[in-house]
Amino acid sequence: MNIQGNRLINFILKSYIGLVFLFIFTPIITSLVFSFNSDRFASIPLGSFTLKWYETIYNDPDVWDAVRTSIIVAVSSSVLATGIGFCTAYTDFRYTFKFKNAYLALALLPPTIPLIIMALAMLAWFSKIGTSGSIFSVIIAHTVLCAPFAMAVIRLRLQQMNRDIEAAAWNLGATEWAAMRYVVIPFVKPAIVSALCLTMAVSFDEFAVAWFVSGLNKTIPVLILEILQGNVDPQINAIGTFVFITTMTLVIIAQLFFMIRSQGSENNTNE
Amino acid sequence: MIKKVDTYALTWRFPLIIWQLLFFVGPLVFMISITFFLVKNYRMTEAFEMKNWIKMLTRGYFWDAYAYTLWLATLSTVITSCIAFPASYALSFKVSETTRRWAIFFLIIPFFTSYLVRTFSWYVVLAESGVFNSLIGEIGLGPYKILNTQVGTIIGYLTFCLPLVIILQTLSLANVDRNLIEAAYNLGAGWARTLLTVIVPSAKVGLIIGAVFCFILSYGDFVSPYYLGGSKPPTLSILIIDTTKSGQQWPRAAVVAVMMMSTLMIVAFAAILAAYRKPR
Repeated sequence: MNIQGNRLINFILKSYIGLVFLFIFTPIITSLVFSFNSDRFASIPLGSFTLKWYETIYNDPDVWDAVRTSIIVAVSSSVLATGIGFCTAYTDFRYTFKFKNAYLALALLPPTIPLIIMALAMLAWFSKIGTSGSIFSVIIAHTVLCAPFAMAVIRLRLQQMNRDIEAAAWNLGATEWAAMRYVVIPFVKPAIVSALCLTMAVSFDEFAVAWFVSGLNKTIPVLILEILQGNVDPQINAIGTFVFITTMTLVIIAQLFFMIRSQGSENNTNE
Repeated sequence: MIKKVDTYALTWRFPLIIWQLLFFVGPLVFMISITFFLVKNYRMTEAFEMKNWIKMLTRGYFWDAYAYTLWLATLSTVITSCIAFPASYALSFKVSETTRRWAIFFLIIPFFTSYLVRTFSWYVVLAESGVFNSLIGEIGLGPYKILNTQVGTIIGYLTFCLPLVIILQTLSLANVDRNLIEAAYNLGAGWARTLLTVIVPSAKVGLIIGAVFCFILSYGDFVSPYYLGGSKPPTLSILIIDTTKSGQQWPRAAVVAVMMMSTLMIVAFAAILAAYRKPR
């Protein structure tokens, strides 16, 4: 390391990192721990080990409805968002055109608008076009919110593709469509899987917009929000742990597919 | 100039344009236009009147909420950036490449744990008879009232923003040219001087982007001020929720939302100017 500092300062800085991580992970770990704790009002010392919160949510039809809605929404919006993200990433990769900056702004701006504002705007818009309160509104809204993430993941992958490969296919007589089908898509496939998982995870967690536009089709986070408005209820910890495991699985799958890029590029040069 | 229409190119270009115009630009523009609509008998009717604007902008509670939200977001940005900086500094300069990569991986995890659940956890931990107060009670302190105070709100914002700000700061600090830093040391600058005159200016863009994201997130969030801060006084996002959910006053909520957006645009614009300003 170039910067010399005395041991004491290094020690203090490293302990500081530890403290910051402790702060960040405290709520995650406590929710995990208290989902198995028998006391209703969690405190130290802990009560006994129990699975009753999990049993409660397992036997609650509202939770199952929410799980179903969340899955439908997450799957549909991740497919749509990844499709749109792919088109956008490919356009950005291959073409330059007038107003391209405006085009990219359109693609990347949604995450900078506060969700509560998007929620109100979507609510008003959907009730104008008459889909308010239907599950489609949630799917459409989540697609808007997720597409930028899908675009970013796929764009990063395209960056690693040699532009000559596509050109070579054209020279060998492939149409642009064929080159897309047999060259580009196979190359970005891992990133497409990665984008699908990532956007699914984003949709699975989003609550503000879903809360405004979902009507009776509550997703899991909306259900959590409504339980929160009621009372201190450790069910939330159990639901939260379930959601955590689901999203983490998706994220890890996304990460694994994102990491096979080096392998992918080798395959492509061999073909 | 007339060009042959390139169907292939347009096939890839248009999905985004159509989708975003319909479901991103459309809703936002419509939201601006409903600020001029009227609500009669709980139904929104098209009109072009300034009533909602006058109604909201002449009310004391709106400006109280406005000032309070701005204050909370600024406070959160300053506190988060200051807490994040030593950690980002240490992660950039004091640990190995591998440790840094693992640290960033762990900082990404919170994004995929429900923010609502984390807020609920803090609620349980910080309650007057909660875990935190029983722990410090063991050493004879407390109990402290943290929930329903500004401290509670800020803890919520920190949970939300800290991982992102540390990631952004670390990425920019890790890219600072090590030779510059070494040169500063060789020329006899102490660590404080090196930090302030070499490291911070070189990493300025990343530090400011981190702060801007923190500001945007805290400014728009309603969960922390509601559940940890007790919602009194309300922030602008809570005002939007209350106005929307009670009495169908969407036009007035839209006024609040438009005010929020304009404020954010001004802040973001000023920050970007500051970030890319040429050093004199």
